[in-house]
Amino acid sequence: MAAASPSPALPAVAAPAARWRRGLADPAVGIWLAALGVTLLGWAVVAVRGGEFLTQPNITGILQNCVALGLIALGQTMVILTGSLDLSVAYLASLGTLVAAETMAGSDGNMVPAVVAVLALCAGVGLANGLIVTRLKVNAFIATLGVALILRGWIEDNYTGPAGDVSRSFQRLGYDRIGPVPVSVFLLVGVALALWFVLRRTRLGHHMYATGGDEHAARLSGVRTERTVLVAHVLCALCVGIAALFLAARFGAGSPWAGTEARYDLESIAAVVLGGTLLAGGRGGVVGTLGGVTVLAVLDSVFNQLAVDPFFKNVLRGVVIIAAVAVYARGRRSAGRSR
Amino acid sequence: MLLMQDMTKSFLGIRVLHSVSLDLAPGEVHAVVGENGAGKSTLMKLLSGEHTPDGGRIEIDGTPVAFGHPAQAQAAGVGIIHQELALLPDRTVAENVFLGREPTRRGLVDRAAMARRTTELLAELHADGIAPDTPVRALSVARQQTVEVAKALAADVRILIMDEPTAALAEHEVASLFDLVRRLTERGLGILYVSHRMREIFALSRRVTVLKDGRLVTCLNTAETDVDAVVRAMVGHELSAYYPPRAAPGTLGAPVLTVSGGGNDRLADIELTVRAGEVLGVAGLQGSGRSALARAVFGADPFTRGRMTLAGREVRPRRPREAIRAGIALVGEDRKAEGLALRQSVRDNTLLVTRAVGVGERTGETTVTRLLDRVRLATSGGPGQEVRYLSGGNQQKVVIAKWLAARPRVLLFDEPTRGVDVGAKAAIHTLVRELAAEGLAVLLISSELPELIGMSDRVLVLADGRPAGELPAGPSEEEIMRLATGGADRAGAA
Repeated sequence: MAAASPSPALPAVAAPAARWRRGLADPAVGIWLAALGVTLLGWAVVAVRGGEFLTQPNITGILQNCVALGLIALGQTMVILTGSLDLSVAYLASLGTLVAAETMAGSDGNMVPAVVAVLALCAGVGLANGLIVTRLKVNAFIATLGVALILRGWIEDNYTGPAGDVSRSFQRLGYDRIGPVPVSVFLLVGVALALWFVLRRTRLGHHMYATGGDEHAARLSGVRTERTVLVAHVLCALCVGIAALFLAARFGAGSPWAGTEARYDLESIAAVVLGGTLLAGGRGGVVGTLGGVTVLAVLDSVFNQLAVDPFFKNVLRGVVIIAAVAVYARGRRSAGRSR
Repeated sequence: MLLMQDMTKSFLGIRVLHSVSLDLAPGEVHAVVGENGAGKSTLMKLLSGEHTPDGGRIEIDGTPVAFGHPAQAQAAGVGIIHQELALLPDRTVAENVFLGREPTRRGLVDRAAMARRTTELLAELHADGIAPDTPVRALSVARQQTVEVAKALAADVRILIMDEPTAALAEHEVASLFDLVRRLTERGLGILYVSHRMREIFALSRRVTVLKDGRLVTCLNTAETDVDAVVRAMVGHELSAYYPPRAAPGTLGAPVLTVSGGGNDRLADIELTVRAGEVLGVAGLQGSGRSALARAVFGADPFTRGRMTLAGREVRPRRPREAIRAGIALVGEDRKAEGLALRQSVRDNTLLVTRAVGVGERTGETTVTRLLDRVRLATSGGPGQEVRYLSGGNQQKVVIAKWLAARPRVLLFDEPTRGVDVGAKAAIHTLVRELAAEGLAVLLISSELPELIGMSDRVLVLADGRPAGELPAGPSEEEIMRLATGGADRAGAA
């Protein structure tokens, strides 16, 4: 290195080949390739067993399964990118379905108030999470775990089973479809697009990446990091609210187990990380998260079709998540020098 | 343009600044020097809005200002470039340059404008080779620094604080930093330049302010003073003997460490011998294999070829644990990352190696007290204090104490005085020499040639991972550089 003068000027735009390679190293691209691979593999394995994987009901089912986890994972992506975390999403989703169903009480006329009530509840909880993290300086893990316990206490004290009644028209959100595509998927895609836009094209989005990447550096650059974290928590909780509305539409009633049975808290974090977002924040995005959710949904569908033993199924999911993150860690190490 | 008058600041009831005043003119480089703990950083952080002053006033262009947040200082035209760069490695150059002030059009971030203006700013800094869409992590440290400067310019900064800007730079990069600084002053920026390095201060600054123990000692016109006067003001007493005397001839013991034909993927044909009581200096340019040599001896990146002996017995450490067992210790170049558990106490750090490897001293309180006395650690906090609160010099003493606890026979020092102040530097030099006199074999790697020359009984020069030559005690900087840059080879071939 002795003789190496400052390296010669790089071309102002990376060569296409380098760009292509960088693209492949990007987890957001990798996870979608993995989703494609898992689908093909599933198709092949099921075909060998004499079944058919890519049937319309099956595709609809997979997409349907993506929606609730997808919405919550999108919200989780916002907080994780910002360097925080939300463990209260599962109980909040449960409470959201209950509030939605009870407010509607079976009447179409109450749909709007129900939606407003759920979103207001979630915004409030998100705000509380954010304030506890930023003002009281409680570690996000503990802060949102505490809020989760509070929500759980409220739910268990007031509900012993399904409650309320979701109006017929609203249930169409859970069951209607256009061709093989459930309408709820458009909701998911819409939310994803909105959040993608926020991250890429608004100052808030840039500041979220900065805060998650290095809070101190962001603060020194004039970013209001506390407000950024606060907004990320509210956005996350609003996503959970939308997921709760969808779940209520699916169940036709509010359920105290809507969020916890599917373990949306840890599942959403798994999906986010599977999608290549760094758990420490600052790197990742919604495209990867949707990929992570898709991989999990396709895997589930394959396992169900093959009637795989539940134990083995969970082990495989665990292996997939660990393997993916190990691959990303390798990619990061070789991609660039550490500082 | 800037006036800071009678600034005072206390932390936890301890006053760290006693009415310090400072002023800065447009286009001026004003150096701020002082030992660690002299209050330089605190003073700078009062100006950059990271701390709020307890007393005193700050005026910019005659208007009194008060900052409660870095954003406010920036709005007033004050920027700071920290020693640890405040860039986001995963974001692009443009995103970093405009962080916190992204240009918007109709409420949305205007990425095209951001890229265009970044290109313009970098061109003004003669750094057109940096593409605005490159992730910062792909750039060298020097280029990252340039991005930091562009970031300050994007913020319309007129007063720029540079904190130890050359600490992480290689020699050839320092020259381009100097160019950069001059270009900034031509634009009329005022620069507060915090540094330990006299050469830079005299090359760049018009005035130099010296702080000691939180007080202003003096403010000198650089042209009318010299290095000795500045150093004297910094430490408060003459440092006539910069370096302790070398080993007297005939006092050296038997060879302790020998390497013959040593090589791995970074090194080749390494031949060296270090005797008991001897300090062998290792010189070389960045990337010449200086640190690789230390890491090979220490088993971190072991030799794959050749022989190594320790006190006459062949050893082949494949990992640090084995090297430590054999009696080898490495005081690494990055003490915060490699030398210390920052959030643990001085006591726990001192006992880290003995506890982990189970060699050397017993792990009791008396051992800790004795070792800390041995390295002359003088802190108010005692052994229970977390090491992250110590100054750089005191942290280094803890690292040395930690290794002494393992009772090594060979001590490898890689840049032992990097980032420590002048006073602590002299203390570490004395300590190194004393340890050698007690019979240890010392290998000293340093990129600071005066230190290497002043401390070493012999100097081994490396170039491209191979020995380029060996020089007896007291070589000149020119002799070392000629070997290190391969000048001798060319002369020989011609």
